[in-house]
Amino acid sequence: MEGLSRRGLGRAAVAAAITVPATARAQSAPSGEPIKIGGSMSLSGGLAGNGRPAGLTHKIWADEVNARGGLLGRPVQIISYDDQSSGAQVPGIYTKLIDVDKVDLVVSGYATAIIAPAMPVVMQRNRTFVSLFGTGVNSEFKYDRYFSVNPSGSNPNQTFAKGFIELAMAMDPKPRSIAIVNLDSDFHQRAAESARSLARSAGLRVVYDRAYPPTTVDFSPIIRAVQAARPDVVFVGSYPPDTAGLLRAASELRVNLQLFGGPMIGPHITAQKLQLGPILNNLVVWDVYAPEPTLQFPGTQPLIERYQPIAAKEGTDALGYYVPPMAYTQMQVLEQAVKKVGSLDQGALAKAMHETTFDTVIGPVRFDATGEWPEPRDIYTQYQGVQGNGIDQFKKAGTQVILYPAQYKSGELRKPYTAGA
Amino acid sequence: MDPDLALLLNGIVSGLLLGGLYAAAAAGLSISFGMLDVVNIAHPAFMVLGAMLVALFWGATGIDPLVLSILLTPAFWALGAAIYVAYHHFFERRGDEAIQGLAFFFGVMFIIEIGLVLAIGPEQHFADASYANTTWRLGEIDLPLRMLVPALVAFLAIGGLALFLRHSFTGRAIAAVAQDREALRLLAIDPVRIKRLAFGISIAMAALAGGALVVVQPVDAGSGHIFIGRVFAIVIMGGLSSLWGCVLAALAFGVVENVTASFYGPSWSPAVAFGALLLVLAVRPQGFFGRVA
Amino acid sequence: MSDATLPAMPVFPAPRRMGHGAFWLACAVAALALIAVLRGIGSEYAYFAATFVLQYVVLATAWNILGGYAGYVNFGAAAFFAAGAYTTVAIGKALGLSLLPCIGFAALVGGALGLGTGLLTLRLRGAYFAIATLCLSVVLQTLVVNWNYVGGSRGAYVIRPRDIPWPFDTYSGYLCAVAVVLAAAAIAIARTIEKSRLGLGLAALRDDEQAAEAAGVPTLRLKLIATTISGAMMAVAGAPLPLLGSYVEPTSAFGLAYAVNAIAMPLIGGTASWAGPLIGAVLLSSLQQAATVTISSAANLLIVGVVLVVFVCAAPHGILGLFRKGGR
Repeated sequence: MEGLSRRGLGRAAVAAAITVPATARAQSAPSGEPIKIGGSMSLSGGLAGNGRPAGLTHKIWADEVNARGGLLGRPVQIISYDDQSSGAQVPGIYTKLIDVDKVDLVVSGYATAIIAPAMPVVMQRNRTFVSLFGTGVNSEFKYDRYFSVNPSGSNPNQTFAKGFIELAMAMDPKPRSIAIVNLDSDFHQRAAESARSLARSAGLRVVYDRAYPPTTVDFSPIIRAVQAARPDVVFVGSYPPDTAGLLRAASELRVNLQLFGGPMIGPHITAQKLQLGPILNNLVVWDVYAPEPTLQFPGTQPLIERYQPIAAKEGTDALGYYVPPMAYTQMQVLEQAVKKVGSLDQGALAKAMHETTFDTVIGPVRFDATGEWPEPRDIYTQYQGVQGNGIDQFKKAGTQVILYPAQYKSGELRKPYTAGA
Repeated sequence: MDPDLALLLNGIVSGLLLGGLYAAAAAGLSISFGMLDVVNIAHPAFMVLGAMLVALFWGATGIDPLVLSILLTPAFWALGAAIYVAYHHFFERRGDEAIQGLAFFFGVMFIIEIGLVLAIGPEQHFADASYANTTWRLGEIDLPLRMLVPALVAFLAIGGLALFLRHSFTGRAIAAVAQDREALRLLAIDPVRIKRLAFGISIAMAALAGGALVVVQPVDAGSGHIFIGRVFAIVIMGGLSSLWGCVLAALAFGVVENVTASFYGPSWSPAVAFGALLLVLAVRPQGFFGRVA
Repeated sequence: MSDATLPAMPVFPAPRRMGHGAFWLACAVAALALIAVLRGIGSEYAYFAATFVLQYVVLATAWNILGGYAGYVNFGAAAFFAAGAYTTVAIGKALGLSLLPCIGFAALVGGALGLGTGLLTLRLRGAYFAIATLCLSVVLQTLVVNWNYVGGSRGAYVIRPRDIPWPFDTYSGYLCAVAVVLAAAAIAIARTIEKSRLGLGLAALRDDEQAAEAAGVPTLRLKLIATTISGAMMAVAGAPLPLLGSYVEPTSAFGLAYAVNAIAMPLIGGTASWAGPLIGAVLLSSLQQAATVTISSAANLLIVGVVLVVFVCAAPHGILGLFRKGGR
């Protein structure tokens, strides 16, 4: 048996020898041992479409920090491993990062399914952990050194659809019924739950309420069943492959609804914006950022401008409005906390994160006791006046106007949604 | 019309159209798995490979995706023939093709998928046909061309294939190779050559199915996974070597999925469809349309 | 089959063959030695990597009992694996039991599932059986996705207990020791079956089922026994998973990786003997684990694909087959 495992290890060593991790080549303008920041990232598999822009943004941040003279005078170095979009890989990656690579700080990869499996490892070592796009992860663990860069707050099951329902109830005439359609996944279940309870308390009748599995190919039966239920408003939660299918089906079945949308993740990705084009007109979509004048903060535009040429070279998401600002914020929180504390002491960092309001590229960010944002900032936007499939219109203000919340509002709701017809 | 009746009719019609896509995906497998006994689990991966190539070429040229996929078929035929040569050399010739051959195609599937991720990226790719936004209407029944055109092209291709198998000498030799290899030798036909040709055709069908797929929905490197179970289920329900059985089973599968989704909610449609297959396997393993072995 | 556990000495006159008792003892000693070595290394990452590898040793060994010995290819290994994982979730939640009793329940659930599969697929052989198990996987996943008690599609959180069983220093160390014991037991069971009359019967089933039936081998009963044992062991392999990651969700628990690895590992090692899955699992899973933390791009999965294709082409009887040929 010893011989066998030696054989296995030998192969592993060969594999290790022939590949120098790309991340190991840090610039050494600042002096001293680099500060190592470790995390997993989905570079392959289902989450890679958003994981790769996030990884790219982390590198951009590291380069900028090193160009500015580093963190605490030391260079920063990012060590990240591909988790293949599989949670099963994650505990191994974090134990390797902490025990073998001896990283100084840990950050999460993209989305709940990747963040949650890292938690036990991180908690056991009492590391401070800044996560990206995790929904409700810490409600189970209740870890006081967890900090979430995700606008949905600590109780998304109640608050997520608030903006959508408020927009619906402000319409004239008032809607009376709602249909809820969602992908059967953690994030969309929570979103649908909030829509359900908020709709009931607003006096809306729920006439259709079903989840669909991720293996669905044809979406026309769903849209048709929704039409048959005759709702005034439709709340949809979906991920990119299904968003395209749902909107195509909606267009083919000539839907005509006062309000249609929700957390339809899809047009957030540039390629899908371009494919859908005019079908997006009057679609109301949950988002975290839109290039509107009302939602500009110091550093937002420079980040986008730095990101886009690199993305074009790497072939990742061209516009970078969805993940990159959030991923950059994730690192800014870490950076500002380290600067404030002046050391890498995990307890002090966590304390500072609880106390500080951070100035980030997505605006001021604070954390409550559970590490979530005390006030959710779920933004509801509407695509307006999209013509053809060109990319430039999406860089202009006025194409994706912000309807909610009021302080960022940049346009008025247009009705009805007719899927481009 | 009664709304429930309209819902049912539309469920059936959209199921038939969906079945057209499934038939396109399963027809190639019905040749490789049904007739040649090659358990090509990578068939949906070849389909996705075709779809991604079509999307790339569409981005560059703007030619209709289905036309592009037809243009791709000779290259895919050659690819399939080459793979069959390797498969025959390493497995069939040695007589232990069953499990090893399966693992071989598992490996091929991985290589295709990861190769696509490395070469093109993990994001979704799409190709828009000019008719993709048009829908024909017959009374209360909708016929979206996005589903109808790929289905029709698939049926045409399958029909042509069936004619070829029934009426040409080579086609009949392909049908015969499934039954009795020795008899072919007596006719001075090289069964390996015939099988190479047939496997090439099955992969060429995958390219065509890829064109159909990319018209229907955007694809990424992993899009093939959700088809693996379905295409094998369809080929088995159709009775393996019968192309018509395969088409009918594909249509039945599509209708069951969509009618279930219309009336009982989409979350149960995979379980109903695959549960039906389990029952078929338990009660009538030779499929609906297969001859008793 | 009451005499299935009799020593195989008279049947196999080879002088160096070890008796069942001796082999079990050897497995126990090897397991204790391995635990001691890992304890000596004392690194959390070593614990994790070992647990990861050992879980595949159990899974591959279990798959091989049906797939290698009896020649029935099970595509649905992920379904059994996930059934084990979800048993831990459900039993842990309902009865608040710790890992060890959950493993016992997982064995029961997996065994029942295996028996059910066997009964449902009595008449199926070859590719039909393989596809039927694939369907089973889809149906089971749909059931779990729609079962809210275990989290449905949201997945379930399983928090590790605070108190760590004596004499371990960390919970990972404990999990790793459990995995070592399970792997040793799985290997011992597989070897016992292989060298017993049950193994002979299964081999007859694999070579020619009709001939075996005609010769008076109770093929049906043997097949059911094999599906049950194999199913139970695959579920056992999955039982510790929720505690390893603290979070399980259906997509990854039913993931293609488990189904592929369960087939690929025995094939690479060699399906004829208990040592094959062990070799294949250790080789392939340590390669995967190593590639994850070194190459760290999509390329690491490519390696698995290439290794698999190269091995099945160049070494059709696995690594063991290469050695056998060399010895002759």
